[in-house]
Amino acid sequence: MSPELGRFALSLACVFALAQTILPLIGAQRRDRRLMTLAPGLALGQLVALAASFLCLVNAAITNDFSVSNILENSAVAKPLLYKITGVWGNHEGSILLWAMILGICGAAVAAFGRNLPSALKARVLAVLGGVAAGFELFCLTTSDPFDRVWPAPLDGQGMNPLLQDPGLAFHPPILYTGYVGFAVPFAFAIAALIEGRVDAAWGRWVRPWAVAAWAFLTCGIALGSWWSYYVLGWGGYWFWDPVENASLIPWLSGTALMHSAVVVEKREALKIWTVLLAIGTFSFSLSGTFLVRSGILNSVHAFAQDPARGIFILGLLGLVIGGSLVLFAWRAPALTAGGLFAPVSREGALVLNNILLCSLCAVVLTGTMYPPFMSLLFGKTISVGKPFFDAATIPLAIPLFAFMGFGPMLPWKRAQLWPVLRRLWVAALITLVAFGINLWGLSGVLPVLCATFAVWVIASSATDIASRIALFRVPLSQSLQRARSLPRSAFGAALAHAGVGVTVLGLAAMSQAQHRIVEVHVGQTERLAGYDWTLTGVKTEPGPNYTAMVATIEIRHNGHIVTVMHPSKRSFNSQNQTTTEVSIHTNGLSDLYGVIGDRHGPAANPTYVLRLHYNPLAPWMWFGALIMAMGGALSLSDRRMRVGAPRRAPLPDAVAAE
Amino acid sequence: MSDELASRPSADERRAVTRRRLMMGLPLAGAGVCGIAFWKMLAGMQSGSFNPHDINAPVTGRPVPVFTLADQTPGTGFSAEDLRALSKPVLINFFASWCIPCIAEMQALLSLQKRLPIWGVAYKDKPENAAGLLKHAGNPYARIGSDREGRVAIDWGVSGVPESFLIAPGGTIVWHSAAGLDGDEVMAGLDNVLKRIGA
Repeated sequence: MSPELGRFALSLACVFALAQTILPLIGAQRRDRRLMTLAPGLALGQLVALAASFLCLVNAAITNDFSVSNILENSAVAKPLLYKITGVWGNHEGSILLWAMILGICGAAVAAFGRNLPSALKARVLAVLGGVAAGFELFCLTTSDPFDRVWPAPLDGQGMNPLLQDPGLAFHPPILYTGYVGFAVPFAFAIAALIEGRVDAAWGRWVRPWAVAAWAFLTCGIALGSWWSYYVLGWGGYWFWDPVENASLIPWLSGTALMHSAVVVEKREALKIWTVLLAIGTFSFSLSGTFLVRSGILNSVHAFAQDPARGIFILGLLGLVIGGSLVLFAWRAPALTAGGLFAPVSREGALVLNNILLCSLCAVVLTGTMYPPFMSLLFGKTISVGKPFFDAATIPLAIPLFAFMGFGPMLPWKRAQLWPVLRRLWVAALITLVAFGINLWGLSGVLPVLCATFAVWVIASSATDIASRIALFRVPLSQSLQRARSLPRSAFGAALAHAGVGVTVLGLAAMSQAQHRIVEVHVGQTERLAGYDWTLTGVKTEPGPNYTAMVATIEIRHNGHIVTVMHPSKRSFNSQNQTTTEVSIHTNGLSDLYGVIGDRHGPAANPTYVLRLHYNPLAPWMWFGALIMAMGGALSLSDRRMRVGAPRRAPLPDAVAAE
Repeated sequence: MSDELASRPSADERRAVTRRRLMMGLPLAGAGVCGIAFWKMLAGMQSGSFNPHDINAPVTGRPVPVFTLADQTPGTGFSAEDLRALSKPVLINFFASWCIPCIAEMQALLSLQKRLPIWGVAYKDKPENAAGLLKHAGNPYARIGSDREGRVAIDWGVSGVPESFLIAPGGTIVWHSAAGLDGDEVMAGLDNVLKRIGA
């Protein structure tokens, strides 16, 4: 398990990937079954080689092999075992290897689960996946080699940024990358369809589960990252409109649009060209996000070792993947035939509206993110675009999206009438109206009130959708339950995911009412925030394994009764000359009490401490809602119809079959 | 006859096909423009002519903008005329009581004020909060103005607090730091400039 073996395995994976690209493509073009059937085997071989390579790196990390420069720079003997393993992907080189391995897993999954795919389509999809993987493996081997050695090997490593030594962050990259990379599969299907010149209902049926799976992972990954920044960074915030965060939000928005437009392709064979473009666009955004962050073009708090030379390699790779696919799109897409017609007021119409709004949101976030570097390039001005722009530009687009989310799923296909649908939603409308009244009383600001009201509308109408499908309260309960059992799981999944959006938005709206105070206090002093009395009762110094901590004790009382005692601390790491704040959070599910200890000031005999106290209403709901969304996706994936009984494609004239 | 029609598309149909092709080419054109821009950025980053991480103050090397600041207890406010009338350099420091790095910077400012006068600007801060901070942490400022709305900060090109500007005699901005003055590198930079202008 030496690093050289790892590098060899990576090179082998790269060769497999190149073969996986070229041979099946030729095979599909010539209708040569032997070449086409090579694809699944090559994809599995590539995954095995990548896994071996990855294990070599993990092994080097566990055994403290500091002759590997990547381990030397990011690990140390004193680091806990969990972070030795997860630290493998906590840096640039390792994360690219992880990226390549997840791509390998996607390819192998298509090879293994895509048994009912026509052989030519499967060969082409695997070829495209192989091509992208080859690019990343070459990138890894040439400009960011994780197995690079140093000589002489030092006795101890330089250690890992203590901020990253956190279970939340340990699993954030793999989940997020699975989301990003997962969109490679719809992308590969789109390219394969463009080569074939054919997009039909079956294609939509095949693409959708992959898009849903990638979307669910991306949702979890973004939520995990946001949660991490909330409880680790200690700024009390959860989303900073940082370029790296935006780089994950942009593919999430376009991926959400893709997931919905694929439904229209599957059910009605409409929006074909658009769906293909979305599939290309979503993966392109995933790739570009990585490029912009790693090359250092975007100014972000996420510091990767930034290197313009690497940037040029990734830019070339992007040019090949994105440019190539868009050339193919411009050349082949006009030949795709238009599908089923529909009236503006119909399920398709609602889904088109969903796509327009989601893509507008995506464009807004993209503009806000790319504006500073472009202004700097064109006019030499330093500009930062922040929360005020994003809030003002996204919320007015999001509110109509929430409004239409309510009745879109209840509209019938092809042609619908609005009135009967709205009439079925009267209970939901009533609940929303009551919520509006409560929000007017409880929340300040127009946008939070509107957001919270429409969040309630989304949740209530999702419940109504399911209730009306199973005819709840209109037929006997036993009959309703029977209907519920025969209702496809994807219907439940969609309603659950929509309700999850509502829960998240409720959390976001309530968080706009968060209160905080920065105070400088002596021990024993009491401060008041949001109806709670916060008393600093003591501060002591405690040694840790590789740091010393200043631990505060804060008692929080409400009307004289003690609510909780929290121990926020500030750690000074000996080896890294760095301090981190350990936030203390007390949650009751409805609100978070959040305390941070800052600097010590004044004379040693009677010092004062800077404390930051936050009261965050409904904060946990933001991430809980994201989890519900992802569970909705998972429920939808568990629907048998997603896997079996896909509509059979009309057979193409096949040269081999005609022999 | 119908065969002939089918094989030769009419001018309208050809135009429609061309229009479709042009539309499908739009994403490619957009991606191409972005690609060229990224390539220019990368090339600029390698040659050093383009640095997206640099906070360059647009006002360095220029005369101070026109402004007037109201008094902020415990100091008196000042205006552009006051700065132009100076015969020695002065450091303008934007701060706020809500800004943790500003509080951290106070110790450094207190020792720096022995070398050159520092004038403070309370940025988007309630006067009582700013006064409270200076009471607790000590007051390094010779004069203090209040920029409650943050408008003066915009004219100065302030990107965030703490931010400091060195004003040479005559009212020219000669140096700028967007970081707190408690770092060694920042102080070395300030020392260099002070030597250069002979103070």
